[in-house]
Amino acid sequence: MLPVPRAIFEVLRKDLLLAWRTRARVAAVLAFGVTSLLLFSFAAGPDTVKLRANASGYLWLAILLCSTLALTESFRYEVQNRALEGLRLIPTEPFAIFIGKSLANLLLLLLLGVALVPAMVVLYDVSFKLGLPMMIGVIFLGAAGISAPGTLYGLLAARVRSGEVLLPLLLFPLEVPALLSSTRATELVLTGDPMGQLQSWLGLLFAFNVIFWSVCGLLFGRLMEE
Amino acid sequence: MAADPPPADSVPVVALARLGRRQGSRWTLRGVDLEVPKGQQLMVVGSNGSGKTTLLRLISQAWLPSSGKIRLFGAAPGPEAAARSALLSHADYLYDDLSAWENLNILVRLYPQKDTDPLAILAEVGLDKRRDDLVRTFSAGMRKRLALARLLWKRPELVLLDEPYGQLDPAGGQMMDALFRRFRAAGTTLIVATHQVRRVGALCDRAIYLADGKLCWEGPAAKAASVADPGGEE
Repeated sequence: MLPVPRAIFEVLRKDLLLAWRTRARVAAVLAFGVTSLLLFSFAAGPDTVKLRANASGYLWLAILLCSTLALTESFRYEVQNRALEGLRLIPTEPFAIFIGKSLANLLLLLLLGVALVPAMVVLYDVSFKLGLPMMIGVIFLGAAGISAPGTLYGLLAARVRSGEVLLPLLLFPLEVPALLSSTRATELVLTGDPMGQLQSWLGLLFAFNVIFWSVCGLLFGRLMEE
Repeated sequence: MAADPPPADSVPVVALARLGRRQGSRWTLRGVDLEVPKGQQLMVVGSNGSGKTTLLRLISQAWLPSSGKIRLFGAAPGPEAAARSALLSHADYLYDDLSAWENLNILVRLYPQKDTDPLAILAEVGLDKRRDDLVRTFSAGMRKRLALARLLWKRPELVLLDEPYGQLDPAGGQMMDALFRRFRAAGTTLIVATHQVRRVGALCDRAIYLADGKLCWEGPAAKAASVADPGGEE
């Protein structure tokens, strides 16, 4: 039996290689995210104060919308030629395959999130009161909160007809706690945290991740078997 | 006092008891009892939709049975048995956006073999000159050859081949004949689902005939043609 850490690494490596090979599609997802941020600014009007106040919400909505495209893409090549069935035949725990794919999706979402930050700065005229590293840390935790349930639902959606429509329907309601805490944490990073609330929101986000990475990891094996 | 376990060679590599698989409301395989001893070359024949592919997918663990039991290498199916077996399926499990080498390299990294050069395996299936080409540019026959290279790299003790001659050109067919002989010489257990009853029958020991998901006949592979292909047209 293949050791779990090696199986995780090999699945991660394969997914990152595929993402690199299909980087034009990744660039298209990023362009979609930037366009979303631009459209939010048009919809909200030219009021700079209002835009600045809502910048964190717009950023996370853009990341969430991008995530559905990225997650669909990450299972598109698994469905082609039944590669998913081939993955199932790897002699390891299904949990390892879930972690490998979720980590790949996490890295991709982190990249997309970080790449959207300059667009947010330019469009909404914001600055980082708590510094850019803290901003990246929040994006990391938020992206992790999307990638684990997203990988599970991505698998589910890949196995049914019109799955790309089903994915956001399943994922978005589940993401409400992660979206709320990511948005509030980002807002505090942008505007400052005089009341010391950031830790509570990051704690909530961390707890969300612990629960969903564990539960989705257990369910992934069952779903792969069906 | 517990009895000594039977010697490894006497334990069937595949043992199926009342095996069944339902897809939707239809049973694609029903009540199949079968044992395949170590080193045996078994041919599975039957018309389209008779359950051949289902049987191979269940044995490979790609699918789960709806009823009955499977034992592989004397134990319940699991990662150990998956590591010792390999399936060449209708679906080739390849990634179109990766090259031939990158597709093989996934297996090379999962199952390291110190004494074998993966490029030699690619050369063996005739793809060494196309190693850096994306799989999306390959013909169906070339994809089959690459899938076969992945199977060979794994060095399985149990080989499951589903229509191995499909999409292959005459040279590929001869390569497959040679592989059958190599598997026999190595003592590899082989289960082959095919419509090429006479060709494969000459290379296998035993055959089973499936119809409507049920095992209807079993006997020497050489006699399978009279059951599965009585007209002799193949």
